[in-house]
Amino acid sequence: MKKLIALLLVLMMVLPVAAMADDLPVVKIGVFEPSSGDNGAGGKQEVLGVEYANFVKPTVTVGGTEYKVELVNVDNQSDSAKAVTAAQELVSAGVAVVLGSYGSGCSMAGGDVFAAAEVPAIGLSCTNPSVTTLCDYYWRICFLDPFQGSVMANFANSLGAKKAYVLTMLGEDYGNGLGHYFTEAFEALGGEVIPETFPEGTSDFTPYINNAINKGADVVFAPCATTYASLIIDQAASLNVSFPLLAGDTWESSVILDAAKGKNVNVYVSTFFDENDEAGAAKEFVTGFKAWLNANADKKTNNGGNDIVAAVSALGFDGYNVALAALEAAGSIEPAAIAEALPALVYADAVTGSISFDEIGDANKDMAYVKKANTETGAFDFVKTQSVAGL
Amino acid sequence: MRKMSKLRLGVCLTVVALLYFGAWYAEKSMGANLGQAGFMLVGAYVYAVFTIPLKKHAAVYQYYNGGIIQFELPLIVALLLAGIVAALLAALIGLPVLRLKSDYLAIATLGFAEIIRAVVQWDSLGPITNGSNLLKTYPTFNNTKIFGTTVLFPFIVSGVCIALILLIINSTYGRAFKAIRDDEVAAEAMGVNLFHHKELSFVISCFFAGIGGALLAMFQGTVQANSFKSAMTYDVLLMVVIGGMGSVSGSVIASFLYIACSEWWLRFLDNPLTIGSFNVPLLRSGFRMVVFSAVIMVVVLFFRRGIMGDKELWNIGMRRQKAGRRARK
Amino acid sequence: MFDRILPYLLAGVSVGGQYALIAVGYTMVYGILRLINFAHGDIFTAAGFFMVYLVASLPMQLAIPVVIILTVALGFILERVAYKPLRTAPRMSVMISAIGASYLMQNLMWYVTGGLAKQYPVLPWLSNIVQIGSASTKIVTIVTPILTVGLVIALVALIKHTKIGMAMRAVSHDFETSQLMGIRINNVISMTFIIGSALAAVGSMLYFTNFSTVTPTVGAMPGLKAFVAAVFGGIGSIPGAVIGAFLIGICESLIKAAGYTAFSDAFTFALLIVVLLFKPTGLFGEKAAEKV
Repeated sequence: MKKLIALLLVLMMVLPVAAMADDLPVVKIGVFEPSSGDNGAGGKQEVLGVEYANFVKPTVTVGGTEYKVELVNVDNQSDSAKAVTAAQELVSAGVAVVLGSYGSGCSMAGGDVFAAAEVPAIGLSCTNPSVTTLCDYYWRICFLDPFQGSVMANFANSLGAKKAYVLTMLGEDYGNGLGHYFTEAFEALGGEVIPETFPEGTSDFTPYINNAINKGADVVFAPCATTYASLIIDQAASLNVSFPLLAGDTWESSVILDAAKGKNVNVYVSTFFDENDEAGAAKEFVTGFKAWLNANADKKTNNGGNDIVAAVSALGFDGYNVALAALEAAGSIEPAAIAEALPALVYADAVTGSISFDEIGDANKDMAYVKKANTETGAFDFVKTQSVAGL
Repeated sequence: MRKMSKLRLGVCLTVVALLYFGAWYAEKSMGANLGQAGFMLVGAYVYAVFTIPLKKHAAVYQYYNGGIIQFELPLIVALLLAGIVAALLAALIGLPVLRLKSDYLAIATLGFAEIIRAVVQWDSLGPITNGSNLLKTYPTFNNTKIFGTTVLFPFIVSGVCIALILLIINSTYGRAFKAIRDDEVAAEAMGVNLFHHKELSFVISCFFAGIGGALLAMFQGTVQANSFKSAMTYDVLLMVVIGGMGSVSGSVIASFLYIACSEWWLRFLDNPLTIGSFNVPLLRSGFRMVVFSAVIMVVVLFFRRGIMGDKELWNIGMRRQKAGRRARK
Repeated sequence: MFDRILPYLLAGVSVGGQYALIAVGYTMVYGILRLINFAHGDIFTAAGFFMVYLVASLPMQLAIPVVIILTVALGFILERVAYKPLRTAPRMSVMISAIGASYLMQNLMWYVTGGLAKQYPVLPWLSNIVQIGSASTKIVTIVTPILTVGLVIALVALIKHTKIGMAMRAVSHDFETSQLMGIRINNVISMTFIIGSALAAVGSMLYFTNFSTVTPTVGAMPGLKAFVAAVFGGIGSIPGAVIGAFLIGICESLIKAAGYTAFSDAFTFALLIVVLLFKPTGLFGEKAAEKV
């Protein structure tokens, strides 16, 4: 018996090798995203954008040779400790460039691995400033938290709020960062902030919401993962709160819409993209992406079961195209060459607005969209755009 | 280069695993310590906080104006300090807690680990610990060179640690620890001061846990208090038991197998696989961990004494001798 | 003043009731096997997932009993597979087996659900919102403590007055002697797992009606808290576990009300350690005689 089990164990450890035959040479692009854990739902939507872009442009011509683009997906499980090994896995797979991750903490943790291997990484929706300031091999195509925080602070101010309750998760870099910049901006506008944090794995948010009520908050700002967001919305509704709930880009998700549907709550989010954008590239992307989702049942399931275009999908689409543009500009599929080509790259056809990088590696972007969850139709209604100049 | 990174992954994981083991051995004399993760956290933070280069402080402590610790220590000093701080904390916690018995002791240590985690994440300590946010940019395995190569450092540190552990095991104290493990009452009757020895073994094990935590930080490149949960302690326990409760070499082998299996060899199970036109069923994200935990259960249920039992790798040839001695008894 | 504290008290009592239902499972198993059943929190989570998946194909009235039956079956299988083969093994091995089983169940649930949060179905009536004084809350908040106390009284009666209950008390008092007296130990142990799992299933329905997101690791924290409650009350004592659970639930809610939100978990453990230092076997635990 024991010998048999030992034999089985050995057999399980022997790796089967899958051989792949294809005519074109292959260039690999790593997709460093969570598909499970707290940010799993959002990570999946971001991957969908990348996959759709790959579907539209499956090949790239670099230095006169046509390459087939192969996506290498790893799941970083929304966990900054697991992200390190996931990043190692991508590096070992020999990717030319990395896209991701949803959730700044994972990007910050993976950044060191990419830097050590000298593989460039393009952040899609990670908004914490440290992602690029602490890593020379990270670029990013979205706006940053200091901007997003002041957008929401101004928005809260425009709703007439004087006192804001800021709720973030302990140990989540994204939420803590955004909460910090919101606080700075809101206090600069003469408002008062009551900050509180909840530990990971919290289910019972009623004491927090009661605290907000008792301390007379006019608005709640709660940038956190969607897993907690749905609990917060649900419990806020059952406590009959009168103040609106505000959050950052993570809340722009069908999870939020489902949680808010049919309840008496006001939820506002800021985000990168509006699916009703009439600009040529954006419109073409939205139509094509919807058709693609509707044609693939499992892709649609990954999108939350509907064909609403999330901003992170648009960023995924842009990120892939930026990566291809970088490959073309570098004229090589060597990571080092791509890293050299990225700083000077300008990609004007992006659906979320033209992309170029500053000296730190951040995109020169200055536009955010504020949306409100419609509790009747279960969709996001466009409220306003906000640019840096308007702040 | 790419091949190297895989090798290094293996090396680093082994080393971290080695120290996991080290943390464990001494404490066997005092019963289960479920607070391992808390002391590793302390070690990791002490190491990281004191080795972050000064010019990076502004970026790391972005919400705390660069933090209040405005100096950095040499790597080796910080590494030792990690162990020492963890040991001091253990000495303090041990005074009240070690008077508890078996399961109550286990739960109390687990509780302390959770308290440590909460305190480290406390916003008011932010200028030192960066609150609950990531610490990074300190020296890691990837950029710590000895004799011009990064491969040697982990091996040297773990070698020194294992040598120390073996010395402790074979000392008078080590034998007293063993006696307490086998029969507390008998040991006390023989004149072993129970509390004194328990406290000492707790402190020693936490010293190694601290160094283990610091090495884990070096391996990961980032530290965050949030990831030091009780699950980390459970991982250590599983490794040691799978290796065999009384065996140094067994624990080392088991911890290598454990980490290599979960993080490396079984990775292929997470991706869909097509052989010819046959789609292998069940393979998708998460399957690796299911298979891995099933393998662990099989080992726990069918190899109760672990891979090595209480034998050492270098003692395997001596099995017959021992059996003979036992027969004579 | 009372108006301000009332919502916190309501939340605390309700959470306490849910902890209590889980804690009873821990304390009963510990009383008999001297085993910390680390997998109990995962049984609680599994009950949540059973409901999520069953409601998709069954009407609610049918789904509720089926969930309880499936959870009980899971608890029974867990005991037979992971603990029974190790009956004679050292306690450390059994504890490791419990950790391994918990690990396996978590990973299985992660695999099946893809690691994503699932929305718990809305149980009719229980999810309705009521006004109590100035506070508004779900009906389940009020139902939980009543149901918990009712179930625990029934359980204590079962243990005091039935044959199987007597057998349980005998086994918990002296494992080997009761075996010699002809008690079928395996049946008694299975029974404790069955009761514990059934209560965990009920607990999960109440818990997830309040907090409607189910993830593979959602049971870890309530499981740990319930276990702390069991130790707090004196592990092995059922009334102790229930009182401990309510105390912890209320304290936790109040500590959050006082503004120390980041420390709410740590506070629970600090409370536990303080109690253990003064009463090393918990509030209502038997004083263990030292055997030589």
